[in-house]
Amino acid sequence: MTARDEVLGRIRGALGGTGAAPGAIPRDYRSAAGMGPAEVLDRLSERLRDYGCRVYRVTAGEVPGTVAAALAERGARRVVVPPGLEPRWLPSPPPGTEFITDDGLSPAALDSLDGVITGAALAIAETGTIVLDAGPGQGRRVLSLIPDYHLCLLRAGQVAGLVPEAIARLRPGQPLTWISGPSATADIELSRVEGVHGPRTLDVILVADA
Amino acid sequence: MSTYLGMPTAPPGVGHLRGTQPFDIAARRALGNSQLRRNLANATSTIRARRAAVVGELPDWEALREAGRAIKAETMAHLDRYLEQLEEQVTARGGTVHWARDAIEANRLVTGLVTDAGAREVVKSKSITTDEIGLNEALAAAGITAHETDLAELIVQLGHDRPSHILVPAIHRNRAEIRDIFLREMPGADPGLTDAPADLTAAARTHLRQRFLAARVGISGANFAVAETGTLGVVESEGNGRMCLTLPETLITVMGIEKVIPRWQDLEVFLQLLPRSSTGERMNPYTTLWTGVTPGDGPQRFHLVLLDNGRTAALADQVGRQALHCIRCSACLNVCPVYERTGGHAYGSVYPGPIGAVLSPQLTGVEENASLPYASSLCGACYQACPVKIDIPSLLVHLRARHVEERRQRRVPSPESVTMAAAAWVMASPGRYAAAQRAGQAGRVLGRDGRIRRLPPPLSAWTSARDAPVPPPETFRDWWRRERGTAQ
Ligand code: SF4
Repeated sequence: MTARDEVLGRIRGALGGTGAAPGAIPRDYRSAAGMGPAEVLDRLSERLRDYGCRVYRVTAGEVPGTVAAALAERGARRVVVPPGLEPRWLPSPPPGTEFITDDGLSPAALDSLDGVITGAALAIAETGTIVLDAGPGQGRRVLSLIPDYHLCLLRAGQVAGLVPEAIARLRPGQPLTWISGPSATADIELSRVEGVHGPRTLDVILVADA
Repeated sequence: MSTYLGMPTAPPGVGHLRGTQPFDIAARRALGNSQLRRNLANATSTIRARRAAVVGELPDWEALREAGRAIKAETMAHLDRYLEQLEEQVTARGGTVHWARDAIEANRLVTGLVTDAGAREVVKSKSITTDEIGLNEALAAAGITAHETDLAELIVQLGHDRPSHILVPAIHRNRAEIRDIFLREMPGADPGLTDAPADLTAAARTHLRQRFLAARVGISGANFAVAETGTLGVVESEGNGRMCLTLPETLITVMGIEKVIPRWQDLEVFLQLLPRSSTGERMNPYTTLWTGVTPGDGPQRFHLVLLDNGRTAALADQVGRQALHCIRCSACLNVCPVYERTGGHAYGSVYPGPIGAVLSPQLTGVEENASLPYASSLCGACYQACPVKIDIPSLLVHLRARHVEERRQRRVPSPESVTMAAAAWVMASPGRYAAAQRAGQAGRVLGRDGRIRRLPPPLSAWTSARDAPVPPPETFRDWWRRERGTAQ
């Protein structure tokens, strides 16, 4: 007998005669936040700041200037950009700054860069979470992992209130990365240290709907 | 190997589900370690406070718990169907599913997969399941080096040590000890390394980065696997999980069969319950959800190993199967007055604390972890804290009863059950207990080098296996009677 058949057989044996299956799942928890659009954005900003992120709330026209300012602020000069990122969002590279479009850069090459700029699939206000689904403007999962600085561009319409709203919107087949603040550990005497293996710094530009 | 309703349990001699000593003995040693108790008290009270704050801000916490409980119960009732569906979905998306009856088979499978990939080194993200089966030892025996990449697991591995907490495995180590371990075990560690957590963390980052970039095979556990979509999920903080899940060409995920959840929608429940209960955060820094293989993104070969190793034996116990609902948040450890004093090592298993006390004996057979169901005062704090409402106190009582029942059914009673029965008989009556204590006192004359080799019957069965400390010349009862002149 294969291990598969044997394990499944054991399960059926273990369950045999246990009677009726439990009923439907009670989903009496909140499925929507019931907050207005402005409130949702405020909640997200507050949560992100709690995680130590810098949040820039801007209009579409202000995005390129804000990107340039954020990169300068964090000292990120060589920055990788995924294919498909909204071109109007990028400034022309300030002197000394270089945007490198990812065409399958090796992990070692990514390790030599200072930062990454990505879009996102959506964000969750309640938990201060940004979700990337590897769609256009987000790129491969490693892009937001190896460089030490992550600048994320988010449109206001992408912000969901609660986790259930996000789950309903996401496409399951895509590789998803949920990011809530910078990488962190509390493994040594429970004191929090940021920047273990993922980016040490995460900033978010929140773009108002036009 | 003992069985319950005919289901094989986790085999002995491999992995880490059994301690070398019963809980009460191991606990006594742990209680003597004041550093450990200070670390634990500090850590558990800090996490408790954080958890309370973030749980308190959700008005629907109880509704989420109830949904979590119901989803798990429903999953167990149809476990065969959901696993078949998971297998079908993972396979359809380019993954390969393997089944393992037990630890030995799982270790052989994984070792074979690593060897097939031509790798001599693997990077591992934290996985209690691979620790349960002793995978690192099996890989080492095949000449494969496994690098633990979770900071705490790295501290444990470099310290040639065992984890002591589900969430903070190196909770028993302080910063000075960690610095010493790093200096001793990390090739090229800076001798000027300080014991500041930020410096120690940076040293670990440097130590591991080259290993990540060069890794060809990654090994992980999984927090969830969605049957409906074939999606696997890993919840973490440091990013070492993401490294293991995205950089290597080959990914091997080892998962207990109880981790499957039926529907995509069910994630909305567990991704709220887990981080708040576990680290006391609104959300953990990173969660990765992946489905099979994605061309051009992450590992191009994905193997999922579904592990039984005693889980079907737990499933066969209609009461005990609740222990399989556990999402490994560790909230029950942090509220447990027993765990807070003894730490994780005393439980002898990779699953410590209240959940370990009900899970380990079911995986191994109650007989082989018979002291664990007694490692509790039944205060009920664990049940209150559990995000999926596992009634741990009732399970403990149930397993104690099972232990007694299974002993009764054996034709020749074991010495331990005779002793326990005798002790129960003695302790049930103040008169008998007093007599036995005085008989024990008579043993003083027989005691050499401060130990008594044999106690008088019926306590002699106990001393046939171990020494008893010499009792004081006068028992408390005798002293009380002499001082107060009343028998009680
Ligand atoms: S038993 Fe409940 S509280 Fe304990 S680790 Fe498991 S899920 Fe968490």
